[in-house]
Amino acid sequence: MSAHDTTEPTRRDFLYVATGTAAAVGAGAVAWPFIDQMRPDASTLALASIEVDVSSIEPGMSVTAKWRGKPVFIRNRTPEEIEAAKEVPLSELKDPVARNANLPSDAPATDVDRSAGEGKENWLVMVGVCTHLGCIPLGQQGDFGGWFCPCHGSHYDTAGRVRKGPAPENMAVPTFEFISDTVVRIG
Amino acid sequence: MKKILTGLAVLGLVVTGMSATLHAAEEGHSAAEPTHFPIMKPEELSWSFAGPFGTYDKGQLQRGFKIYKEVCSACHSMNLVPFRALEDLGYSEAQVKTIAAEYMVTDGPDDNGDMFERAAIPSDHFPAPFANPQAAAAANGGAAPPDFSLIAKARAVERGFPTFVFDIFTQYAEGGPDYIHALLIGYDEEPPEGMQIPTGTYYNPHFIGGKSLAMAPPLSEGIVTYDDGSPETVDQYASDVAAFLMWAAEPHMEERKKTGFRVMVFLILFAGLVYMTKRKVWADAH
Amino acid sequence: MSGGHSTYKPSTGLERWIDQRMPLPRLIYDSFVAYPVPRNLNYAYTFGGILSIMLVAQILTGVVLAMHYTANTEMAFNSVEKIMRDVNSGWLLRYLHSNGASMFFVAVYIHIFRGLYYGSYKAPRELLWILGCIIYLLMMATGFMGYVLPWGQMSFWGATVITGFFSAIPLVGDWIQQLLLGGFAVDNPTLNRFFSLHYLLPFMIAGVVVLHVWALHVTGQTNPTGIEPKSKTDTVAFTPYATIKDAFAMVLFLLLFAYFVFYLPNYLGHPDNYIEANPLKTPAHIVPEWYYLPFYAILRAITFSIGPIDSKLGGVLAMFGSIAVLFFVPWLDTSKVRSAAYRPWYKLFFWLFAANAIFLGWLGSRPAEGSYVLMAQAATLYYFAFFLVIMPLLGLIETPRKLPNSITEAVLGKTKAGAAAVPEGAAADKNA
Repeated sequence: MSAHDTTEPTRRDFLYVATGTAAAVGAGAVAWPFIDQMRPDASTLALASIEVDVSSIEPGMSVTAKWRGKPVFIRNRTPEEIEAAKEVPLSELKDPVARNANLPSDAPATDVDRSAGEGKENWLVMVGVCTHLGCIPLGQQGDFGGWFCPCHGSHYDTAGRVRKGPAPENMAVPTFEFISDTVVRIG
Repeated sequence: MKKILTGLAVLGLVVTGMSATLHAAEEGHSAAEPTHFPIMKPEELSWSFAGPFGTYDKGQLQRGFKIYKEVCSACHSMNLVPFRALEDLGYSEAQVKTIAAEYMVTDGPDDNGDMFERAAIPSDHFPAPFANPQAAAAANGGAAPPDFSLIAKARAVERGFPTFVFDIFTQYAEGGPDYIHALLIGYDEEPPEGMQIPTGTYYNPHFIGGKSLAMAPPLSEGIVTYDDGSPETVDQYASDVAAFLMWAAEPHMEERKKTGFRVMVFLILFAGLVYMTKRKVWADAH
Repeated sequence: MSGGHSTYKPSTGLERWIDQRMPLPRLIYDSFVAYPVPRNLNYAYTFGGILSIMLVAQILTGVVLAMHYTANTEMAFNSVEKIMRDVNSGWLLRYLHSNGASMFFVAVYIHIFRGLYYGSYKAPRELLWILGCIIYLLMMATGFMGYVLPWGQMSFWGATVITGFFSAIPLVGDWIQQLLLGGFAVDNPTLNRFFSLHYLLPFMIAGVVVLHVWALHVTGQTNPTGIEPKSKTDTVAFTPYATIKDAFAMVLFLLLFAYFVFYLPNYLGHPDNYIEANPLKTPAHIVPEWYYLPFYAILRAITFSIGPIDSKLGGVLAMFGSIAVLFFVPWLDTSKVRSAAYRPWYKLFFWLFAANAIFLGWLGSRPAEGSYVLMAQAATLYYFAFFLVIMPLLGLIETPRKLPNSITEAVLGKTKAGAAAVPEGAAADKNA
């Protein structure tokens, strides 16, 4: 009601602006819990990191662990498989980057960078989700003896690197660490 | 406005008067055959977590947890509480992991289709002492020991008029822990002359469901060893475990009260601003 | 909506463009800005606005709670506890929703009693009042079904008792009860349909609220004097005058709401509802939520048979009758004067009625035994006598006080008497 602005218009305006601002702040604060409740809850976050005992996995065998709702392939590779992967020159790879969360993002996709590192090169830990459209590839299949995704025909080699088909990237290696010789913690 | 207030005052007086006569009517039951339980109202303790700024005493919660672990958990489950929540008690992540590993939980099925036992991890919940309520009842003379996850909110002695009105202003919300404490120290009381106590039950004037209950006195002096020098008395045990159970039932209480303070301060300031704005706006109407 | 001619003037080209195609801005302007309200409305008239924000708050918190809740007897109780323990801010949303229901009823009771006091139901506002009664009925149904969802002991046994009402109906009672329950007792089918309806009904309430507001804007507000506005000086524009006053009342109401949510979140609930439902074990005594207690007391007050009607059916009829009678209030009140401010005897009986309602509520929380039953019967008698005897008779025999000629005269008379420095007519109702 600006018809009566003869007395102290500044103080009045200040009051209106202050009240309006406070109302906006209050509305924002109220909105937060409604957004906050959508985030993963405490029970989900508690399973954000899992520990897997790998002592019983013989060379040439693998296990699939469920981590954050997705399969993680843990494979104890045979020397032949490691050798086969090592022989591939980087220039032949479709995706030359390691995609290993434990390494810098530009690390090359050499076999050792894909594996658990020096001395544990036999261990391959990766999220078993095809980087094309999210299907789960089948193990020990395809043209390169690694994995083959039946959905759209992507082929991965024994280091989980994409070699053929529509997938754009190598299968992701999650953050993981061997907390002892036989237990690996993922996440 | 004044008349509305007078009206309300009259109304209050009328209600008070009517209920006072009622209270007198209610008292007429005999000591030997009481019909209203509990026979004795619980004592009101002063808890660290009471009031608008109340916080849990972590030392007390740890002691209470020790009692739960060493005494109560033999019969009482706590299905809703995960080990990870124990970090609230001041334990580190590693300590929680160690505590969890002391328990075995059933997992599976494995690749052969069999269930197997493994050490618990922080994301697991406390395993129940019995496989199901029927097993619990069978092992305890027909009465299944209640789950403890919410017991501090699921038990409260009725406050009666006019106390329940005052409770709004004193923010009394500790009826649960007061009851648990009273029940645990209540076994020392002698039943009045002539009262029949069914065999296999124990007289306790603080029990909410009758004159006696199936649970034998669970606590005795020195039954749990405290590392922090707190007295190892039944009274101390009772209040410590009651505080722990309050935490188990309402783990977000501190956060709630802290948020509440901010909200109240904001609303009071905001109310002042809106009131001044209203005065300014209405000044034009006259 | 305002009935009168529109004063909306589109100021920009875009506004004009919209106005010619779908005059929604005009509707909003006429209904919530230019809409004239009596200048002497006191704070009792702010509860309509408070109720609308409570409805919005309940719908918003309810929708997000439904994202985490599982309507299955095996999981319902634990899913609510998961909200309380694990979901981010879940404890806050759940306490807001459960205490919000109570606050909703606090506000609606003040709103209804305000209507009874100032004769807001009298012609030409009968439909407005009846729509309000329908909203109240829908609220009761919604609140009842919502209370069943946590699947605690009181949820289960409350649902058992309330659905048992229908078995009192002669001949088809058992059939209707089974239809409602989807079985022979409260079980998973019941929980599922209650969840579905609990989600649906608030939107139906919102729909009836639109009709309620529409009817209000056709007849205009009543006011503490009960005299219709006659000249322009009798009214002020809804915005900013009524909006800012409503806003202040809302903030005060939110303070009360927040006090319960943050400091006494379980005060208005029952401890037994923190025990998971057990169909084989009844709690020592079953009580509904506080806002149903007066009706529960009326239900239990009928302990005798009346002719062919046994006490069970009689109780159910009395309880439903106690709500149904509200629908007839516009025709039960025979007084020519609208506001209780000018009716000394009605005022006395009104406050007695309010005290009686609170007393009935308290009796509803007591066990139905001994002297409580007698008192509940006396209070039930007064409840019905107020509507069926006092209201019609008093209108014919009472001599009302002299009415002011207009709202403006009532407000100015107050100012002249110097009784209050508060200019906005907060106390203008009591000036005669």
